[in-house]
Amino acid sequence: MKKKTYYATQLKRATHLLFFKRHRKPGVKGWELKKRLGADYPKILALLNSYLEKLDLQVKTVFEKGKPSEKPTRAQLDRAQFYITLRGGLTPKEPKMMGWRVDDIAGLAMTISTIIAKKGKASREEVERLLRDKLPGWRVNVNIDRYIRAGYIDQDEKRQLYLDWRTRAEIDQKTLVDLLLLE
Amino acid sequence: MSIGRQKKRFGKEHLQRIIDSCRSVEEKGIDPFLVDVDSILAIIHKYFPEWENPEELCLDAEAVHQVASAIKLQSEWVKHRSTSLYTDPFLIEEKLRKLPKEKIAMTFLKSWHPIVELEQISPHSLAEAVKYWQSLIPLDERWQKTERLQIETGITTREELVKQQIIAEKEFSKVLEVFWQELMQKATSKDKIEYWDFIGAETYEETVRRAYLTSFLVTYGYATLEVDRLEEIVFIRPYKIPIPTVGNKQAISLPIPVSVDDWKNWKGGVKD
Repeated sequence: MKKKTYYATQLKRATHLLFFKRHRKPGVKGWELKKRLGADYPKILALLNSYLEKLDLQVKTVFEKGKPSEKPTRAQLDRAQFYITLRGGLTPKEPKMMGWRVDDIAGLAMTISTIIAKKGKASREEVERLLRDKLPGWRVNVNIDRYIRAGYIDQDEKRQLYLDWRTRAEIDQKTLVDLLLLE
Repeated sequence: MSIGRQKKRFGKEHLQRIIDSCRSVEEKGIDPFLVDVDSILAIIHKYFPEWENPEELCLDAEAVHQVASAIKLQSEWVKHRSTSLYTDPFLIEEKLRKLPKEKIAMTFLKSWHPIVELEQISPHSLAEAVKYWQSLIPLDERWQKTERLQIETGITTREELVKQQIIAEKEFSKVLEVFWQELMQKATSKDKIEYWDFIGAETYEETVRRAYLTSFLVTYGYATLEVDRLEEIVFIRPYKIPIPTVGNKQAISLPIPVSVDDWKNWKGGVKD
């Protein structure tokens, strides 16, 4: 098979793997990509990423133990999770089409930024108290449960809230905190 | 009380306080450096030779475990402070309180890059659906009416109702009066009796029943509870005339666990 044809086939395969949800959670593990696309899957993902740029999409890599400070190793890549996400931000009207109201988004922003500021863990009562300032009382619990179901946050048996997989995949935490402080 | 026993008691109290303070640091997210690890380890070390039975050793292990958790929190705290994500939580909270929700939402949109995902049915979920469909009972079988059992009405006796525990043998107030008399008889020596000596019975069920009735004696003003904080012993003192408690002063709730282990301990002590 010619090199060009090989990469074209692998690109299609990578697109199918990454766009279609095949497990309970979206995304594909590095080792899964390695199994389907071969050992040079990082190169195929880089190619796909440059294609997706025109469509305002990107291949997002979420490492198991946070982003490594240096170039990621093969083992780190194999254990990482890969997603297709929006490259830029959403316009104010778009979230509504996705079923998110201003209240829901503001609540999510407050919940996530509070957890980040509290070293990755905040009590549910504390977050509820803060949300009650901006949202109607009856929505506070409903919203927190929604964020948990969607995978943005997680709750342990002591009612402590943590950031979950979707926050790590979708939200640029540093940008969020910096922008909030600049406001 | 001998000096050795007293030292043991102080030691247990000390360990319990260490466990509680470490837990509160973890649960409330307080600065973990408030836990003075060196002095706590010195205390644990000091009392360690005193511990003999498994219960005491478990308490010691729990204290060590909690200190280890506090050290872990301290390490995480240092790591977080050194990252670029560190922000003063009060500053963030203040910002969130001041900003209108529309502004917060707009700020969030700039850092939000939602996942693009397409959901579709998989061969596995199709197989699951077929399995479910095949295991369903036909509608005519599912909607079959269950036949009701018809019993003719008849006459029952009071004894029968008591036997089935539908009505009580005696009125509750009368039961309570008899119980109060029993308490007054048993508390003759010092006008009071140790709580466990009064409620303790041959069986655990009877002990629970007696504890239940005792709680009503106290609530309705037939008796009062006295706690010796130093010895951790609870006494019950009957009143000669019931004193109505409502409106006199603020009622204090005193929970006393009556577990099977407590009952076994008490029974073992009585036999000794």
